[in-house]
Amino acid sequence: MAEASLAPPAVDRGPLAWARRRLFSSWLDGLVTLGFGAFVLWVFFEALDWAVLGAVWSLEDKELCAPGGGACWSVIEARGRLILFGLYPFEQHWRSTLACLVIVLTMGLSCVPRFWGVRRLPLLWLAGFGGFMLLMYGGVFGLSVVTTEQWGGLSLTVLIFASVVVIGMPLSVLLALARRSDMPVIRGVAGGIIDVVRSLPLLTILFAAAVVVPFVVPDWAQGDKLVRVILAFAVFFACYQAEIIRAGLQAIPPGQEEAAMALGMKYWRRVIDILLPQAFRSSLPATINQFVITFKETSIVTIIGFFEIMASGNAAVGTGDWAGQFIEVYVFVGAIYFCFVFGLSRYGAYLERRARLGQA
Amino acid sequence: MLGILRTHKARAWLYQGLALAATLGLALSFVLIARQNLLDQGIATGFGFLERSTGWPINFALIEVSDRSPYWRMLTAGLLNTLLVGLLGLASATLVGVAIGLIRISSNLVLNVIGTTYVEIFRNVPLILQAFFWYAILTHLPSPRRAIPLMDIGFLSNRGLVLPALDISAADVFLFAAGTALILYGAARLGGAGTRASRWAWPLALAALAALFVLLLLTGRTPEAPLLTLPELRGLRFVGGFEIKPEFTALLIAITVFGGAYIGEIVRGGFLSVDKGRIEAARALGLKGFQINRFVRIPLALRAMLPALANQYVWLMKATTIGIAIGFPDYFMVVSTSINQSGQTMELMALLMGGFLLVNYGIGFVMNRVNARLAIKDRAG
Repeated sequence: MAEASLAPPAVDRGPLAWARRRLFSSWLDGLVTLGFGAFVLWVFFEALDWAVLGAVWSLEDKELCAPGGGACWSVIEARGRLILFGLYPFEQHWRSTLACLVIVLTMGLSCVPRFWGVRRLPLLWLAGFGGFMLLMYGGVFGLSVVTTEQWGGLSLTVLIFASVVVIGMPLSVLLALARRSDMPVIRGVAGGIIDVVRSLPLLTILFAAAVVVPFVVPDWAQGDKLVRVILAFAVFFACYQAEIIRAGLQAIPPGQEEAAMALGMKYWRRVIDILLPQAFRSSLPATINQFVITFKETSIVTIIGFFEIMASGNAAVGTGDWAGQFIEVYVFVGAIYFCFVFGLSRYGAYLERRARLGQA
Repeated sequence: MLGILRTHKARAWLYQGLALAATLGLALSFVLIARQNLLDQGIATGFGFLERSTGWPINFALIEVSDRSPYWRMLTAGLLNTLLVGLLGLASATLVGVAIGLIRISSNLVLNVIGTTYVEIFRNVPLILQAFFWYAILTHLPSPRRAIPLMDIGFLSNRGLVLPALDISAADVFLFAAGTALILYGAARLGGAGTRASRWAWPLALAALAALFVLLLLTGRTPEAPLLTLPELRGLRFVGGFEIKPEFTALLIAITVFGGAYIGEIVRGGFLSVDKGRIEAARALGLKGFQINRFVRIPLALRAMLPALANQYVWLMKATTIGIAIGFPDYFMVVSTSINQSGQTMELMALLMGGFLLVNYGIGFVMNRVNARLAIKDRAG
């Protein structure tokens, strides 16, 4: 047969072979590499020149800023506090910073497998959230009271994100369980809510909470506008998250629940100890993805008049002084979002890899 | 008496009754309180207000509207704006996404780097921030007096982009679009029939299109009117020509760029999901590179992409609502202005939800049809 005459496969290891494979596998490939390589280098050096080499860094050098020149980072020194803290009282900015760090720490800790428990994780988040509110609102331990109207900037973004997740997660579990219930009315109501909310844009739901709800509920039940909007956002989050959890629940072999029933476990026992831990584990990547989307979507509350980081960024360039420096400010705000979102999505990708290797 | 609650069935009925009562009670209380509020403010309920004139204009519309237009016409204009920016956005985001997806799966390292950088930057920054950014860029362009000329026929300024306008009516555009769709459908039917006439399908379609175009140009026009009107600077603004507002352009760019990053990932995932063995099998059957792509790789990848793509389309369509942040009068903006101006909150919210349900189910319907057409036929069928 022909087998004997076949040469051994060519060795394609080593840097040269690698460069051949990835950069110059054919004539066309080589042309693409050179052409687009030059383009990439050009963009990179232009960006470097704009952002670093030709940039003006401090507020004193503000006069050096020229249109068409490098970045004018003076605007960040001048307006950075407005962007990050909004209207929070100047002397209390450390509290806002610390509060953000508490939430970031809580998010970091929830990434540690040790905290992944049906009881531990909610406790951790309640503690982190409590710490955040204590620092932001004050009124105890000699901290002065800062009302929610003065909250703004990054801490408001983080507050909206954290409270949407904290309220939305349990709600999503309830909705997912209700949609899988064997009682037709409960199943129908939950399914109806989930499907209607999911087919509407977030903005319309937040708008309804801000503008329409005062119209249809009695005065005593209206509450703060911020609270209403956060609750509506949480419902929106819960409807998406409920479908993710439902998928996780469906992935559990039915034998698991039957075995738990055979052991005489009651419904909530089965849910908490058998179903939820497994459902959460398999739906973790999708859940992280939902967090990523939610963090980005907090920026939508700008439209209904809250002063979170997107709005404060806009305000920083809204006045005449710095109107020309909008690129710097948007890049700055974008970089902050990027840090949170990129970090979260990398973590999600890591979890997915881990799950694929079968170690999770 | 309470003993009966111990049985599973009785408790199930109790819970369901409570859930139903709570839902209905809540809905009823909403309606009653809303009615009371409306009575207090002296606002008549019902959809009669749709015939009243609005008293406010919008800055961008496909159909003719003014501040004297009735509400229903303004709402229609808003819905058309949403559909226009949404559908154009979906189409261009898909083009960008396919390019980015293919770049990311190519073996060339430089292309990979470009694709990855693009996706990571534009996917990880909120859409609304991107819209603000593009809007700021467009409105910081020079004023019309110092507008940037584009090959001397178009002008780019902080008021938008002006292009030469074809002097044709909306009815002509509609007729042309309908005729094109019909011709393409016929050509696809003929081309797919596998008869001897099949190979003439596309040349015939081209000829028919050209004929339709000429026919529409010649009929229904006043002969002396110029076919093209060129934009002309008069005082502080351009007169004549076709003007594309910066609000529209900014939103379209934002949706294209942001959606392109997401669709790029879907396309990449679709191609990566194609089993290597199938490609090897195609090669073993003697198919050439182009044939492998045409008959094996692309159909399989497309099937894997479609569900995710349908979700992404619906998502992007809903995301057009952020246009309100930069002043693009989409359906949501028109509805919310109408609520402010007329106070007909409940009716307008119902119209808002109805509009989006319609658009989303429309996309879902089309995508399901495409999916059904593409699904692998099993041997039984």
